[in-house]
Amino acid sequence: MTPRKERMTAVSILLIAVSLATFFGLRGCDNLKEYFFDPSEVVAGAVKKDQEFRLGGMVKENSFKRTAGSLDVRFIVTDFAEDVIVRYSGLLPDLFREGQGVVATGRLNDAGEFEAHTIFAKHDENYMPPEVAESLKTQHPAKTSEPRP
Amino acid sequence: MNAFMNWFYRMASPPHFYRWSGTAIPWFLVPATVLAVIGLYLALVTSPTDYQMGDTVRIMYVHVPVAWLSLMCYTSMAVASAIGLIWRIKLAHAVAAAIAPAGASLTALALFTGSLWGKPTWGTYWVWDARLTSYLMLLFLFAGFALLRNAFSDVQRGDRAAAILAIVGVVNIPIIHYSVNWWNTLHQPASFSVTKGQAGIDSSMLWPLFTMLFAVTLYLVALVLMRTRNEVLIRERRKAWIKEVLVK
Repeated sequence: MTPRKERMTAVSILLIAVSLATFFGLRGCDNLKEYFFDPSEVVAGAVKKDQEFRLGGMVKENSFKRTAGSLDVRFIVTDFAEDVIVRYSGLLPDLFREGQGVVATGRLNDAGEFEAHTIFAKHDENYMPPEVAESLKTQHPAKTSEPRP
Repeated sequence: MNAFMNWFYRMASPPHFYRWSGTAIPWFLVPATVLAVIGLYLALVTSPTDYQMGDTVRIMYVHVPVAWLSLMCYTSMAVASAIGLIWRIKLAHAVAAAIAPAGASLTALALFTGSLWGKPTWGTYWVWDARLTSYLMLLFLFAGFALLRNAFSDVQRGDRAAAILAIVGVVNIPIIHYSVNWWNTLHQPASFSVTKGQAGIDSSMLWPLFTMLFAVTLYLVALVLMRTRNEVLIRERRKAWIKEVLVK
């Protein structure tokens, strides 16, 4: 082997070794990597009671209710398989709306409802002017409510 | 292939590179400036507002090109480092050294514009999700590369140590790119997909974005060439050809 081929092999081995180490390292810490749990995981019991976690999903259409004269709100977060009821008191981000993604931080109460202390809106990967969104809604009503949390 | 290898070996000669880059830089810098002016006008004035975010969408025209190119910078830096290690080409190490601060600045700018966008959109400047965290790592990798290279008094030893760091760190690039698909993140998934060939961005917003992308790319090529020339001048300062060049 020429010295150049030797160095080429050394660099390749280094790259493969580091990739493998990272791959298994990331696979190993399964619980660290999820930023939020979806409703199916919560219903299946993925989180312990009284444990603080983040719940992510879509705000279900027609599920949003505000208690009159207060900041208390209640809505359903869904992943189109399971639903979780969320209660929250406070200001909501501008992008918060039904049919949009949301990430709530808090914990489950005794009734199995999620009591959130922080709400983040999640943006999807679609960008368009209002007129396009309007015409999409009238032409393909299904397209604007894609099941993509 | 032979012609390419010839070009490659000729480019590896610092005097040849120095002369070639001197004439090449304006060919990148001038179109970059023109495209940046057009791109910014399209992005800030004529492009429409978003149906959800309103005017906040305009941050995307800086954030997305800068973030994409920071990944491109890191990959180029790692490739240049590998070429330098394997073929023992000093100019390749000079290129890697020239890319690092440019890449770090782009990364910092992407982090800054991203958090400005995050506050009105998500409701927070920063979260520790997989995308944001792995992207912050990129900033540390660029900084680590520059620091490690300068930590040696011998330029060649610094080059080699930093090159290994650059190659090791390249595993972070696919992690950043796929973090939004592999894990649940607050950051949205990519709007473009080469394999699916679809764009989640309306064409009225896509053109300003591409104009900005080309502008930043050309600017970056010019910047890296300029910085590499300076690196070459410093590294070869005792060589005879430098005197010839500078006297002229």
